[in-house]
Amino acid sequence: MFRYIVHRLLLMIPTLLAVSAIVFVIIQLPPGDYLETLIAEMASRGEAVDQNQIEALRRAYGLDKSPVEQYFSWLFGLLQGDFGWSFEHNRPVSELIGQRILLTFVVTFSTIAFIWIVSFVIGTYVATRQYSVSDHVATLIGYLGLATPNFLLALVLMYFANQWFDTSIGGIMDDKYRNAPWTLDKMLSVLEHLWIPVIVIGTSGTAGMIRRLRANLLDELQKQYVVTGRAKGLAPRKLLWKYPLRMALNPFIADIGSILPEVISGSAVVAVVLNLDITGRMLLDALRAQDMFLAGSFLMFLALLVVIGTLLSDLALAALDPRIRLSGGATR
Amino acid sequence: MSADTPNGGSPGNNEPGNEKPNDPIPHFVSDEPFNADVEVVLTAEQEKYYMASQWKLMWWKLKRHKIAVAAGFFLIFLYLVAAFAEVFAPYELQHRDVRNVYAPPQAVHLFHEGKLVGPFVYGYNARRDPETLQKIYTVDTNKVHRIRFFCSGGYPGSEYEFWGLFKGDFHLFCPESRRAPVFLLGTDRLGRDMLSRIIYGSRISLSIGLIGIVLSFGLGIIIGGVAGFYGGWVDNGVQRLIEVLKSFPRLPLWMALSASLPAKWSPIVIYFGITLILAMLDWPSLARAVRSKLLSLREEDFAIAANLMGASTKRIIGRHLVPSFASHLIASASLAIPEMILGETALSFLGLGLRPPVTSWGVLLNEAQNIQVVVLYPWLMAPMIPVILTILAFNFLGDGLRDAADPYK
Repeated sequence: MFRYIVHRLLLMIPTLLAVSAIVFVIIQLPPGDYLETLIAEMASRGEAVDQNQIEALRRAYGLDKSPVEQYFSWLFGLLQGDFGWSFEHNRPVSELIGQRILLTFVVTFSTIAFIWIVSFVIGTYVATRQYSVSDHVATLIGYLGLATPNFLLALVLMYFANQWFDTSIGGIMDDKYRNAPWTLDKMLSVLEHLWIPVIVIGTSGTAGMIRRLRANLLDELQKQYVVTGRAKGLAPRKLLWKYPLRMALNPFIADIGSILPEVISGSAVVAVVLNLDITGRMLLDALRAQDMFLAGSFLMFLALLVVIGTLLSDLALAALDPRIRLSGGATR
Repeated sequence: MSADTPNGGSPGNNEPGNEKPNDPIPHFVSDEPFNADVEVVLTAEQEKYYMASQWKLMWWKLKRHKIAVAAGFFLIFLYLVAAFAEVFAPYELQHRDVRNVYAPPQAVHLFHEGKLVGPFVYGYNARRDPETLQKIYTVDTNKVHRIRFFCSGGYPGSEYEFWGLFKGDFHLFCPESRRAPVFLLGTDRLGRDMLSRIIYGSRISLSIGLIGIVLSFGLGIIIGGVAGFYGGWVDNGVQRLIEVLKSFPRLPLWMALSASLPAKWSPIVIYFGITLILAMLDWPSLARAVRSKLLSLREEDFAIAANLMGASTKRIIGRHLVPSFASHLIASASLAIPEMILGETALSFLGLGLRPPVTSWGVLLNEAQNIQVVVLYPWLMAPMIPVILTILAFNFLGDGLRDAADPYK
């Protein structure tokens, strides 16, 4: 097991390096840089542009160096916790994204927990009642859940909340806490608002997970050992819990690698619609304004979240499944 | 068969009692003529089944999946509507009716005051709220606006250039006259008919999925094929690349890439740029499927046989391996198309994707981003209905195809 963990950890390093290189290329892709956008903006407003000042800024941010040099100074900065400077907000990136990253983390993991709990309960329920009314209803809702893009679901929910209850369901906390330090009240306010985005983001993942769990469990339930157990008079509940369910639970852990990117993608758009203080809106604005270090830090953080999530799921899988542990890596 | 045993063909010569332990067992040869085919003769029905091509089997299996077939026909219908959008839409894409800005949807009626008049809508009475200056529409049951079918023109916004090639004004249905407009799904902030815009928008939204999947298919088959066939370090490299690409959350990466498209580009170039971006993050899953299929199939007897007979690598892949898993690929492609459509919709919704005057469902939904607008004019959310229906249909069809791809199961 120890060897496997080390192996898996070492494998993360090249992945993250490649990710950082791709992120850097992408944020460098737009022609020109933020300063050129700034110049164009100032010129359009009819302000005089001081060429010396621009050159000074360019030197100060290292924009005059070659891309390779810029990449390495950015990378070393990241390693030391220095995420660079946000041109748009004129503040260090780390100051801007701190709370948002924490909230993104909270939303993502609550959503994963939501997906797990709901799909576990519903999936087990419908798999043991194949072709019943509840099974068909769950399948239908599942298909709708898979087909409805979460940002549209958010829009519809907001509309109906406004029409029927005359409330706004946007935001991740009450406005008065927005810039306040973390207190118990603030945390409670976050918890109060959390469930809407969690449901909105988690719906499609839950629908997919229910389908997978149902299919897996149905496969298991048809196997001979279940028949044997039943023939020997094992109580139905015990017969379900003891073996087939455990066998069918693998996707819960193995699929984190595919659910996590989905959840994070979803949260990025839903945040814009629901006006949440997580990555969404700020990333969008940063991308539009070519605020490269801010956008790069967000992208890097989101990818890191996925990489760590995949790592955790691989480790959990290895702990549960001796075949993976002993063969030293070949998962899925 | 040797017939040189002296008493061959006459069993029963040796009485059981005479048999000694070391005597050879007498050889038996039947007199009946030898017919190698005797076991293999099939009934006509069996023959039809066993001799059917893989595609035929797949079709039979798919036919039994009623929902998938229905979804398939629905999609064909959608693509037909998209192809002949000019005819199906009552108004031209950019036609503006300045007198009817933000007009609400009209319900279609059949009976007016107890009499059958055929399909018609009631007109509006518009007045302005003196405080908010907002236009308020009320239904006026005295104004009966009949709907004509298979009609040609005679009202503003009816002329179009079909596929940009030739002019026409023939429509599936149209309002009676210029004084009696029909807006079944209401109008937007410039007084443009939502229904017409949704129909025109389907052209972009639906085609982006198809073009995108062709691109990602090409990339996936080539890259996955090379990795699967050559193995070794090529395979390793491709595997790592796929892993890195998969560890990105797609949408933020799509956002970043489409934000980097220069604003100066013309809308049509942006369209292809967005399609390429969508395909660039979609190929890894296809490449992975191709690779694993190739890895297992190249060990099969028929692949080895082809190799021993001196077929080139290209021929083995192209003639033997790819056709044998093409059905799986088509199934996974039909499941990947809705993701692309969704991706485009999300990007355009955020304002990062396509830009007006190019009109897709996402571009239309972009107007419904603001909750204040949505509350006042909820019909601006209408484009989400075709989005959801299209994705549902592709999912059903894809599920059916995936089941059908294993016809022997």
